[in-house]
Amino acid sequence: MKEYLRKYVMLRKHNMSVAWKKAKRSKMCYAFLAPYAILFTLFFILPVVTSIFFSFTYYNILEKPRFIGLSNYISLILEDDIFLIGIKNTLMIAVITGPLGYIMSFLFAWLINELPRWVRSVAVVVFYAPSIAGNCFVIFSVFFRGDAYGYVNAFLMNLGIIDAPILWFINPTYMLPICMLVILWMSLGTGFLSFVAGLQGVDRAQFEAGYMDGIKNRWQELWYITLPNMKPMLMFGAVMSITQAFGVCDVTMALCGYPSTDYAARTIVTHLFDYGYSRFEMGYASAIATILFLMMILCNKAIQSLLRRVGT
Amino acid sequence: MSRKEKSIEKTTRQHKRLIKRRKPNRSVWGDIFLYLYLLLVALIMVFPIVYAVNSALKPLDELFMFPPKVFAQNPTLDNFSDLFVTMGKSWVTFSRYLFNTVFITTVGTAGHLIIASMAAFVLAKYDFPGGKTFFHLVTVAMMFSGYVTAIPNYLIINALGWIDTYWAIIIPAFASPMGLFLMKQFMEGLPTSLIEAAKIDGASEWKVFTGIVMPNVKPAWMTMLIFSVQALWNNKAATFIYSEERKTLVYALQQIQSGGIARTGQGAAVLVVVMIVPIAIFIFSESQILETMASSGLKD
Repeated sequence: MKEYLRKYVMLRKHNMSVAWKKAKRSKMCYAFLAPYAILFTLFFILPVVTSIFFSFTYYNILEKPRFIGLSNYISLILEDDIFLIGIKNTLMIAVITGPLGYIMSFLFAWLINELPRWVRSVAVVVFYAPSIAGNCFVIFSVFFRGDAYGYVNAFLMNLGIIDAPILWFINPTYMLPICMLVILWMSLGTGFLSFVAGLQGVDRAQFEAGYMDGIKNRWQELWYITLPNMKPMLMFGAVMSITQAFGVCDVTMALCGYPSTDYAARTIVTHLFDYGYSRFEMGYASAIATILFLMMILCNKAIQSLLRRVGT
Repeated sequence: MSRKEKSIEKTTRQHKRLIKRRKPNRSVWGDIFLYLYLLLVALIMVFPIVYAVNSALKPLDELFMFPPKVFAQNPTLDNFSDLFVTMGKSWVTFSRYLFNTVFITTVGTAGHLIIASMAAFVLAKYDFPGGKTFFHLVTVAMMFSGYVTAIPNYLIINALGWIDTYWAIIIPAFASPMGLFLMKQFMEGLPTSLIEAAKIDGASEWKVFTGIVMPNVKPAWMTMLIFSVQALWNNKAATFIYSEERKTLVYALQQIQSGGIARTGQGAAVLVVVMIVPIAIFIFSESQILETMASSGLKD
């Protein structure tokens, strides 16, 4: 055992010295990397670390942070009913819009892949535009206006389905479904582009080999040839849609107000803003951020291990 | 050549084209159904945008017409000129908001392009201790959104003394992980022999980077540009910037919309200004962006 340990330490030492020599020789690389690495550490790594640190303290900016152990987490989960509403809403939005948006992205990318070249480029613009149009989703507040002049209300009343206008963004029953609709409308984003590009790169010869081997229809072609070829893009798209699905707040805040009626459209991120920017309870807000961080990373890891099995 | 021969030649050509285009395992009805379906979805996707553009072009009487028409009957640019005329008299003029956003977007994007490409170059083309670990960290950073780091970011920017300046938005944007990721993946496709040849000819690393690598990855520039512009142009910046004269266009948009029904036309006009820029850039650089995205896959 002792012998083994000694050898292990020696090996480590040797590896370290080799790495050190290599590092010395590649000074230029570090010089190129330095500006980005410094900023990245400052605005991405350091914040995550400090966020975890502050989540164990009581901190209100004015006083020095005071260590209080796990009590932020305990009160979040056991006492804060509104946070539980936030978690429930975020999970509902994530579970419905995340997979649906992801499948839609792939499906449309796959369908437009066979269109003639110029139609395809028009189609890409049309499908991708909502997600880069920025705040264009506020136009939905015109469609779903609460009085009888709102288009959806007027339409439904003319058909005789309802007899009084519905307050779409004030009535808690309708808030989340409409927000999900808007989020789905915007969900063909970066992942969609990645899919479109990836599909064009699939080797043609594989399809021809597939015809010879008796692939009958487009669904078999999809499962046996296209999907296995697209694995890296599928991973990338999954990362994009998970990150987006858990970070929902723009749409709910802009359409349902902040705070919304009965907190019916509260998400984790809105709760974070409430405690961080309105009440300045930075410790508590950091605990929320840490929980969100863990949810995103764990979900990503889980989905990635799932996607590795595609087409096998 | 007789007429008969010509017609035969024509039909064979048609056959050949048909065989070339159609995949053998597709049914015609399936195709027709799919195209109709795609057309329907495309109309739904594009409707809100078309509606927004048209309301910006509608004169006042048409904006409040009932039942409403989607397309403007007598399109005018009054709403856009109103932005500069009515809001030209307010304390912070519309052009100032526009300038703020243009400034933040241009400087932020330019810096991001240079800094992230430099890092991507060494990560893609050199093997040095720590490089792989660093890139792995960057891919992990893509897995959580900016909201997670919002609070500590505020504290850090406060410590740096950048609160209420443009830098609070611009400098963090330099380090966006997405741009670095796409650039690095694309640069890996460049032949290493190209770089080695230049080195044998005596070019320094900086020369290789500016003279050989950068001109060869132009598609990736466009991709970084669109993602960076999209993020910065839509940045509300409400948490970092308090002075009215430094606020951004999206913030102005919200103010105008909260101005109520009298500002409907102007609100629609700002909305068009906000969304037209990213869409226009995307339309012009679509093929290059798709070329870059082809190498966007996450391998592990």
